[in-house]
Amino acid sequence: MGKVFAVLLVIITLVSVYPIIAHTWWPPPTISTTGPGVDGQMNETMIETGILFLSSQLILAGFVWAFGGRKGKIKHWPGGHKPVVAFGIIIVGLEVLSLSFVGSKVWAAMYMAAPNAQALHVDVQAEQFAFFFRYAGPDGVFGGIHPEKISDATGNYFGLDPENDVAARDDIVVGSLTIPVNTPILLTLHTKDVIHNFYVPELRIQLDIVPGLDIPLHFTATKTGRYEIVCTQLCGLGHYSMRAFLEVMSQSDYDSWLKQQSGD
Amino acid sequence: MNDASAQPEIHHLAPPHSFIRKHVFSLDHKVIGLQYYGLALAAVFIGMVLSWLMRLHLGWTSLAIPGLQHFSQNGAPGGVITPEYYLSLMTMHGTIMIFFVLTNAPFSGFGNYFLPIQIGAEDMAFPRFNMMSFWVTFVAFLVLIAAFFVHDGPPISGWTAYPTLSSIGKDAGPGEAMGQNLWAVSIALFCIGQLLGSLNFIATTLDLRTKGMTLARMPLSTWAWFITACIGLLAFADLLPATILLILDRTAGTSFFNPAGLVVSDTLQPHSGGSPLLWQHLFWFFGHPEVYIAIVPGLGIISHILPAFIRKPLLGGMRVMVGCMIAIGFLSYMVWGHHMFVSGMNPFSAILFSVPTLIITIPNTVAVLIWLGSIYGANLRFTSASLFCLGFISVFISGGISGFFLAQPAIDTYLHATYFVVAHFHFVMAVAAIFGIFAATYFWMPKMIGRMMNETLGKWHFWLTFIGVYCIFMPMHYLGLAGNVRRYATFTDNFLLPLIPVHKFITVAALLTGAAQFIFLYNLFHTRWWGPKAPDNPWEATSLEWSTTSPPPFDNFGGKHPVVYQDAYEYGAEGPQDYVMQTTPGKASAT
Amino acid sequence: MASTTYRPAGPAAVPGVAGSGPRAWPGARAATTPKMAATQTGIWVGVCAIFMSFAAFVSALVVREGSSTDWQHLVLPRVLYINTLVLLGSSYTLEACRRRFAIVTRQETEPGGATRVSPLPWLYATIMLGSIFVTGQWLAWRTLAAHGFYLATNPSSSFFYVLTAMHGLHLLGGMAALTYMARRLARSVTSTQASALSATAVYWHFIGLLWIFLFLVMAIRL
Repeated sequence: MGKVFAVLLVIITLVSVYPIIAHTWWPPPTISTTGPGVDGQMNETMIETGILFLSSQLILAGFVWAFGGRKGKIKHWPGGHKPVVAFGIIIVGLEVLSLSFVGSKVWAAMYMAAPNAQALHVDVQAEQFAFFFRYAGPDGVFGGIHPEKISDATGNYFGLDPENDVAARDDIVVGSLTIPVNTPILLTLHTKDVIHNFYVPELRIQLDIVPGLDIPLHFTATKTGRYEIVCTQLCGLGHYSMRAFLEVMSQSDYDSWLKQQSGD
Repeated sequence: MNDASAQPEIHHLAPPHSFIRKHVFSLDHKVIGLQYYGLALAAVFIGMVLSWLMRLHLGWTSLAIPGLQHFSQNGAPGGVITPEYYLSLMTMHGTIMIFFVLTNAPFSGFGNYFLPIQIGAEDMAFPRFNMMSFWVTFVAFLVLIAAFFVHDGPPISGWTAYPTLSSIGKDAGPGEAMGQNLWAVSIALFCIGQLLGSLNFIATTLDLRTKGMTLARMPLSTWAWFITACIGLLAFADLLPATILLILDRTAGTSFFNPAGLVVSDTLQPHSGGSPLLWQHLFWFFGHPEVYIAIVPGLGIISHILPAFIRKPLLGGMRVMVGCMIAIGFLSYMVWGHHMFVSGMNPFSAILFSVPTLIITIPNTVAVLIWLGSIYGANLRFTSASLFCLGFISVFISGGISGFFLAQPAIDTYLHATYFVVAHFHFVMAVAAIFGIFAATYFWMPKMIGRMMNETLGKWHFWLTFIGVYCIFMPMHYLGLAGNVRRYATFTDNFLLPLIPVHKFITVAALLTGAAQFIFLYNLFHTRWWGPKAPDNPWEATSLEWSTTSPPPFDNFGGKHPVVYQDAYEYGAEGPQDYVMQTTPGKASAT
Repeated sequence: MASTTYRPAGPAAVPGVAGSGPRAWPGARAATTPKMAATQTGIWVGVCAIFMSFAAFVSALVVREGSSTDWQHLVLPRVLYINTLVLLGSSYTLEACRRRFAIVTRQETEPGGATRVSPLPWLYATIMLGSIFVTGQWLAWRTLAAHGFYLATNPSSSFFYVLTAMHGLHLLGGMAALTYMARRLARSVTSTQASALSATAVYWHFIGLLWIFLFLVMAIRL
């Protein structure tokens, strides 16, 4: 019985670890300037916890094999509990301290650092069940948001009031987030109904969008391409389908796109 | 006046005679414990069926489940689960499992039954409160289940019920009308039941210990129930106000959680100024200690059962394991913000919360190391109970490892709200805590109903379940690494489509593992009616419950007051009997 | 071996026998059996839980006040000041009741000495003061309503109603306990009731202290 348990556990352990080592299912390559920091943290943690996982499961298997069904004089762990407790506290303590120290820096770079002063501002409106993006237009000024004017029926997703608000007249509202590559972007996240979330796996960032708050989120994309923005905070029946595209373009492509939008 | 030399006077409850008083409205902690266990058993099967429905839908989105349309016309027209019904099933699954299974069985169930016996008391300190706490919990369960039968169906906001999805009312979506109200009332009632229970556990442990039963001699399971009661007292006292405020926002037009300017279903909502994040703080200040309420009894139960099957006390004796449990309980109140790293709260708070979150891995690791170190040099016996203990250690390791990732905000920024989180909490709660319940059942059922469970069936149950849970939940880590978002009814995004085959595998594993649980259920019922009679001490164990009959008499010890002379885990003695029961006079031989 | 803890003077503790001696906290001297000791423990544990729940409400208040600009400060109805005095007075009358009770029950064991001192009138006074408090709270509600402040009018009024209602509910529980004690004492006054009376008193004084805490919070922040 003990040997069956031990063998089974070894198989389970090795089979569990294999897809990690082989990167069978793995995060997509990052396209963000802060992405490598996250990946580094993840790899470091993977190695340290991998050692913990493998050793503890294999020790369990080994002990069950060795002492299963035994009927002899009871032995105790050499040195008693003190080395065991000390090992746990010191080794795990050092590990978590170092992870914490490095990880805080990675986190701060993403969420606590001030956005670049020249960042391209894009306003984001999340709602059940779509994202909308607003650019300031040629005048470079965003019009005000008036919740009472928001209407899905008329497509006024941001509650703009172009009749009375001059700045709102040239605001560009689209369904995809189109940005130039290698340019700092500053998003301001709004929602008109429930909590949503803005998540792009390749950027390695996500942030809840909370009603009543205007939340800044900044990043710089380093590769052109089309990526998916998905909502990860349960927002209702259409939560699974709430998606927009992030289009990262070269600067010239972006300029033409913007000119085209302003012309409409 | 107290005559200090006599035995303390114990208030004798008269034994009941009518069927109602014996089996329904009973004041006997043993009956109440079994009632809680029975409620948890019913709840876990409902919760498991819900999970099958969810998994079937995730693997095969347009699958028509025959008969489901009769259960919910709106939710599953033609038997095909709608996205909103998926969310309803998910909400009810989480709520039922966390509250009515994981808080009920290991704590209210086994704790009620065995805490008084393990300390040598006749009953809990407040038998009437005890009975009340069960029936309040039972009513809470009925109120929750009623949500299945209201017109709009159960709520869709998850067991976490974040405003504003949960706080606006029916404009937010189906299920958000009466269903959410029933949910909130159910949880509020549950809080009251738990608070009464915690009160009982604490007072009983501190004041009703028999002669010789010092705190240091209490079994680790008793310590765990005591610590859990302390954690729960403050946690549920925080959740109750939160649910009251939620109910007011939903029904009375207040704005605790609802800010201004909400336009839902093209309707401007009348609220203003509230903070959705306020709910999250209130909820998780309860919610994180709650998950430790779910697992600490398991830690104590495993620590209590293992010595009986390794025939030696745990490494470090009482002090280390109790120290770990106390540290876990204490730290559990400092980490709630790790559920809110990307919630929009001040990002500096994330760093503050991640430090105690990482530190809490330490006592958990020490506990695992203690168990491993105790198996070294042991005379390990294999029974269904001990196999589930060994399995518990393995799955607790697996579940704990993923915690190291999620504790770090810099990693959580990628893994938050993915299946990595789902893998983590299912491993520690759905697997480890349930293994604790299984181990406790196989260990204590002979004592509770006086009959031995079938060991062959128990072992088959173990092997199939152990393999099954790894097949179900280990792949979820990989899904999370690939960015698979959770709480999605269907996978339509481009990056998720390649992952659907993994979901199908998980679904098959879940159904098979679920089927294996019927072995356990059959074993339970077969034992109840036809199991062989159990001796007083089938496992050759030391604690007080094994010094009385199986099942114990009405007042637990047959009119006698046990006197305790030994520590709780005097195993490993030399000679014909390798253990010394706690009631054996004299000095225990050195172990 | 028995754990050694400090025990104040009183009936000697038997080593290892839980509850056989007085415990360290107030009111516990009345406990002479494990069940009575448990009652004392239980009431303090209950007090902790209740305090925790009000701490949750108050922290919600603080967060809510800071999260938006729509907070409108309330002027607390004057009757609340009177209510506070009434509730404090009821704690005094309850303590007077307990003093009388201690005298009467001591006389149980002393030969002779007619007992004309009954604790019951003071207990009735406590119950009456409690009822006056409840009436006063209701008057406070009426005053606010007359000024147009209802439950959902403003977050400040929401918290006023919620805090006073929750406190009132717990106070009504205390009234039920006081009434129950009054019925027991009306039948006979014996020392075995000391523990229950003590527990009731702990709870009632806590409700009074809780009111002072809530009153201060409301006066400062609402």
